Amino acid sequence: MSTRFPLTLVLWLVIVFLIGPFLIIVAASFSAGETLAFPPQGFSLRWIFKVFTVESFRESFVTSMILAVGGTLVALVLGIPAAYAMSRYRLPFSETVRTVVSAPVIVPGIIVGLALLRYFVVPVGIPITLALFLAHTALVLPYAVRVVSASLANLRSDIEEAAVLLGSSRLGAFFRVVLPNIRGGILSAFILGFVTSFNQVPVSLFLSGPGIRTLPIDMLGYMEIVFDPSIAALSALLAFLSMGIVLMAERFLGFSRYV
Amino acid sequence: MSDPAYLSLEKLRLSYGDTVAVEGLDLAIGKGELVALLGPSGCGKTTTMRAIAGLLSPIGGTIRLDGADITRVAANKRQIGLVFQSYALFPHLTVFDNVAFGLKLKGITGNALREKVEAGLKSVGLANYAARKPPELSGGQQQRVALARSMVMEPKVLLLDEPLSNLDARLRLDMRTELQRVQAETGVTMIFVTHDQAEALALADRIVVMRDGRIEQIGTPEDIYNRPVSRFVADFVGFENVYAVRDGALHAEKGRVPFTGTLPPVAGLAFRPRHVELGAGPLSGIVRGVSFAGGTREYVLEAAFGMVKAEADAALPAWSLGEAIAFDLPLAHAAPLERD
Ligand SMILES: Nc1ncnc2c1ncn2[C@@H]1O[C@H](COP(=O)(O)OP(=O)(O)OP(=O)(O)O)[C@@H](O)[C@H]1O
Ligand SMILES: [Mg+2]
Repeated sequence: MSTRFPLTLVLWLVIVFLIGPFLIIVAASFSAGETLAFPPQGFSLRWIFKVFTVESFRESFVTSMILAVGGTLVALVLGIPAAYAMSRYRLPFSETVRTVVSAPVIVPGIIVGLALLRYFVVPVGIPITLALFLAHTALVLPYAVRVVSASLANLRSDIEEAAVLLGSSRLGAFFRVVLPNIRGGILSAFILGFVTSFNQVPVSLFLSGPGIRTLPIDMLGYMEIVFDPSIAALSALLAFLSMGIVLMAERFLGFSRYV
Repeated sequence: MSDPAYLSLEKLRLSYGDTVAVEGLDLAIGKGELVALLGPSGCGKTTTMRAIAGLLSPIGGTIRLDGADITRVAANKRQIGLVFQSYALFPHLTVFDNVAFGLKLKGITGNALREKVEAGLKSVGLANYAARKPPELSGGQQQRVALARSMVMEPKVLLLDEPLSNLDARLRLDMRTELQRVQAETGVTMIFVTHDQAEALALADRIVVMRDGRIEQIGTPEDIYNRPVSRFVADFVGFENVYAVRDGALHAEKGRVPFTGTLPPVAGLAFRPRHVELGAGPLSGIVRGVSFAGGTREYVLEAAFGMVKAEADAALPAWSLGEAIAFDLPLAHAAPLERD
């Protein structure tokens, strides 16, 4: 018991630091007062309802959704074949590809964002919307490759040969026996990618402009002007949304196997 | 058999990158024949099967099937079935859908499909397992699903890579009978890989013994068992005492065997342990090992020229460790070897 004590203390400290702020946000969003404060003044649902009436939140929510879903889908379309090729063939550059593909995870987002803005958007003149989309795709790609690779590693390659000997083409074998068997991995990669993209701040910060902002950026902007509890309400809603998705994924896919 | 060269491999050369795994393989197999590919681990058995199936392109030589050159024909067009050592069942599909996989690709649907799949499953005794998924089956059952999956395609040749190696002794006997029955019923040409000589002897019409990517000997089970051509084959089929013949004398590992009498003009002579006569004879050795093997007792004797393995009826009184024994290597039972 006595030797366990420091460990238990650390555990509780971690829980307090991770969950504490979240609980404060949730509590603050039920406040009846006019400003963001803790402890909350009174109880009301008015700020939660207000979130849905703010025009810019609605717009940036749609933008974030499109970026997260679209960017993740594109990342999967690129990442699945890449992961497949790296797992099945001995390619000359597969180590390099692996490094390049995981670079966005290692390099701080702020640098990725600045680099994209400074060396792509400004000199090449590609539209900022497209740049934002490409940036999100690139950010999600490493997760797609990594998660799909993990599930491919658990799949024996001889079932593809068996399919070929039963009359299927190589490509047909990929769709008929490889894809169905890595479905769980692909869904997990999608969820991980979606959450990553949706919550992404630093890169989006550089690539947002007057016409286009993601939800987190919009929230930052909103907070600079208005300091009411609706921002807490929105944060709490988003946190519950993310948690809901991940819990469902764990329940139905055994998500943690892949991540 | 009717067609002496239904499937033929001519000067087949197979490699993985720079390493040549099979070299100059010549083999002709008749229609309906059951051939065993026998050899130690790494001798190129799987490699050869993969080339016949079309999963590996030869770097030299020709493969002919039913009169046509199929060397460059794609694997999915060859009509050759392969039962993998690992079964390679599709884990996401039911047993029924596994067996139906190839039939569907052939365009068979509806009742015709169901009847064929059910007949296939019935023939391997798995009619009641159609709705299960492969992970819910035992190893032996998975093996039989794999067999049914290949058989329903009515392949021209069925290849089986160590079909029995993952089964326990009992199931192995069951599957042996199963394979023989399937072969007798359908008349399909079969090649199966094994490194168990007993299995090859029991099942095959003809045995191909491979060594280091080459064929060492081809023959009927009787040929291989009684008339091995080389020390390698003799070792493989249980001639545990093999001696080289040079300058009219028998040579063992440590020296000459003091053998009286004239030796035939061969490269070597091989003796089975049970043919070594114990208790009398011109040779002598000391008992270094005795083990009881049911009907017989196995001895290891140390003679001046090396170790000799012998076997005697277990009903006879046993010699004990350290005892000196006189023995004989009777020429009449020796297998003459063409090559050392
Ligand atoms: N994918 C590969 N890449 C490189 N070399 C290989 C590969 N597969 C097999 N080899 C080599 O080719 C040779 C023949 O291998 P093969 O698998 O045909 O042996 P085998 O007779 O089937 O052995 P086993 O009884 O162990 O299955 C071996 O020396 C092996 O190391
Ligand atoms: Mg093998």
